[in-house]
Amino acid sequence: MSSFSDKLKKLKEGLNRTKDKIVTQISESISGKAIIDEDVLEEIEEILISSDVNYEIVEKIIEKARVKLRETKERSKVNLIEIIKKEFEEILQNYKVESEIIKFNDFKPYVILVVGVNGAGKTTTIAKLANIYKNKGFKVLIGSGDTFRAAANEQLEIWGGRVGVQIVNKKQGSDPSAVAFETLSIAKKENVDVVIIDTAGRLHTKHNLMEELGKIKRVLGKVLQHAPNDVFLVVDGNTGQNALVQAREFSKFTQLTGLIITKLDGTAKGGMVFSVCSELNIPIKYVGVGEGIDDLLEFNPNEFVQALFG
Amino acid sequence: MLEDLTLKFEKALKKITGQGRLTENNIADTLREIRRVLLDADVNYKVAKQFIDDVKQKALGREVLASVTPGQLVTKIIYDELTKLMGGSSKGLTLNPTGVTVILIVGLQGSGKTTFSAKLSRHLTELKRKVLLTAADVYRPAAVEQLKQLGAQINAPVYSVEGSQDAVKIARDSIVYAKKNGLNTVIIDTAGRLHVDEEMMREIVAIKKAVNPTEVLFVVDSMTGQDAVNSAKAFHESVEFDGIVLTKLDGDSRGGCALSIRAVVNKPVKFISAGEKLDTIEIFHPDRLASRILGKGDIVSLVEKAQKQVDEKEAEELQKKLLSNKFDFDDFLKQIRMIKKMGSLKSLLAMVPGLNKALRNADIDDKQLVVVESIIQSMTKEERRNPRILNGSRRRRIARGSGNSIQDVNRLIKQYKEMQKMMKRFKNNKGMINLSNFGLN
Ligand SMILES: Nc1nc2c(ncn2[C@@H]2O[C@H](COP(=O)(O)OP(=O)(O)OP(=O)(O)O)[C@@H](O)[C@H]2O)c(=O)[nH]1
Ligand SMILES: [Mg+2]
Repeated sequence: MSSFSDKLKKLKEGLNRTKDKIVTQISESISGKAIIDEDVLEEIEEILISSDVNYEIVEKIIEKARVKLRETKERSKVNLIEIIKKEFEEILQNYKVESEIIKFNDFKPYVILVVGVNGAGKTTTIAKLANIYKNKGFKVLIGSGDTFRAAANEQLEIWGGRVGVQIVNKKQGSDPSAVAFETLSIAKKENVDVVIIDTAGRLHTKHNLMEELGKIKRVLGKVLQHAPNDVFLVVDGNTGQNALVQAREFSKFTQLTGLIITKLDGTAKGGMVFSVCSELNIPIKYVGVGEGIDDLLEFNPNEFVQALFG
Repeated sequence: MLEDLTLKFEKALKKITGQGRLTENNIADTLREIRRVLLDADVNYKVAKQFIDDVKQKALGREVLASVTPGQLVTKIIYDELTKLMGGSSKGLTLNPTGVTVILIVGLQGSGKTTFSAKLSRHLTELKRKVLLTAADVYRPAAVEQLKQLGAQINAPVYSVEGSQDAVKIARDSIVYAKKNGLNTVIIDTAGRLHVDEEMMREIVAIKKAVNPTEVLFVVDSMTGQDAVNSAKAFHESVEFDGIVLTKLDGDSRGGCALSIRAVVNKPVKFISAGEKLDTIEIFHPDRLASRILGKGDIVSLVEKAQKQVDEKEAEELQKKLLSNKFDFDDFLKQIRMIKKMGSLKSLLAMVPGLNKALRNADIDDKQLVVVESIIQSMTKEERRNPRILNGSRRRRIARGSGNSIQDVNRLIKQYKEMQKMMKRFKNNKGMINLSNFGLN
């Protein structure tokens, strides 16, 4: 547990460094003059773009902030940064949905499919999710749908042992849909509450592999009408603008219901999520902040934006 | 056919006449646009700014060719600089002819180190090296098993120690093992780590110290965003890598992080990894990445193609001849060959900015160039130099000799005359003809 708060602290520390820089900049120039200094705007632009926020969104938000600032009488007192923060929060708030956990009792088993590009952090995240669900008293079963990558089964097997959940797998090279099918069948028999299906990492540009995902999804739906309840896209927090293309493509084939951003324990800020959220109308569910089993935090828009700016 | 074409060329050329020199004013819009393109390609904010400033300084005052706009020229300059920067001191892997060559693979989590290690092993085996793969990622569940399985697929021995948590010792021992077993190349796959993880960074430094690698390669996911500068810098400060490996380029990321890394750490990209199969390792082509980052600009490739293929001296000579109005069939042939060297005429035309749609869609057949070429080749030296002597019997002989009809020959001669007229007009209009127009068009 200590590692959890450590990580959170680390996350905040990193983000505070940014905050200090920008807040002093802004308060200085704003208290001095009524108009926003071009330098300040450029500084803001730099901070946002350096956090991987898409250029277009940066432009739009800065423009909005300008207008709002103009409308305010006491311009000198307005904290420009607060306006910008609100704009960003709004983007995320618009897509906030309730936690999947409160729906676990309505569907049995509740089925979650996890997808993403190679190395994004799917398998690790699945272990972390399973751990959260299990600790809340739910019986979890994981389907090892990565039948492609070397030692994918072994990796998940080790995590299963650590968390204490059962894993369903088939030998490498099997049809991942068959794994999905079998996992659901076992789940139904064994009174499982939550099923999580791992999948092989794939680049969204590979059409046949994307079709394969579609097939997995269809097979799940055949066994259980409501399945999958959720399709989570795992995105590496270090990813730049390609994240939007990824999300777009994965959504086409699997109708995503949520995003999970990993590796935010580094210095990357994950600003590309704003374009993903607003274009695809999907919420961010969790953020990964480490390799430990507890290093998954429920997403909090307020904190995330706060973290961008401090 | 060609006749039509020359007329259209003439029109198009008039439309796209040059604008003198590059100035702050006539390139501002383009630079702004390119900055945006770079940022969208994940080039770091600061790096993009610096890069554009540098290019601007170099570009200002440059003369603009008659055939391109200032914007296109500056785009080309950007492309060239980008290629230069990415290529720079580019060289392959250092492989010791004797003793053991040790290659240390480092990078962030999920960047593709393990897969790349196996690919590199396969690649070096093809180069007749005797390779050992060392499994030094003792943290990620089943990482060792993954490398073992990949090793088995490519018949490479894998060194691992069951249950060991001591990556430094594993790495060191693997070299002893290699020496004992007559293996001359060791590729050490290490755990992914974040540059801010001090403990893990200490470990990689200790591994490096223990194995004294010939090459340290930093593996980076080509989809990485702005933060690439921070991780690359930190890794470089700790282990001082010799080269970069860009992975997952089989996707559609623009790979701007490579430029960012290049800017903060002056090390070349040594390999490209583009696929999950183990034979998808490629040598890096700076120009390809440059156009990828710029979004595969058609203009860039056009200007580039033309520049590369048109032999400048030849062009100069032709230009002189045009000015003195001594443009003969030999010159005509040279020009045809230049066009041919530049690739399909139609694809070239499609790229020329300012050419109207009708022209772009005009049916231009590369085969016609072949016909023209064969006719000219069937002429005697004398005939080529002095086309006026081409009487009826000479024309018939040429037609037979080149396997074309007499009409084809007549048409060509007529076109030649048209062309000559056109040249004269150009000369009178402008005083100065830049042959790159003709090379291009
Ligand atoms: N620092 C950090 N590392 C993470 C996080 N999540 C995952 N990782 C690491 O990222 C690497 C890849 O994670 P995996 O879970 O294997 O990723 P994957 O998406 O399942 O990969 P493939 O199945 O190979 O496509 C591993 O080394 C993980 O330990 C995170 O939140 N922070
Ligand atoms: Mg996985």
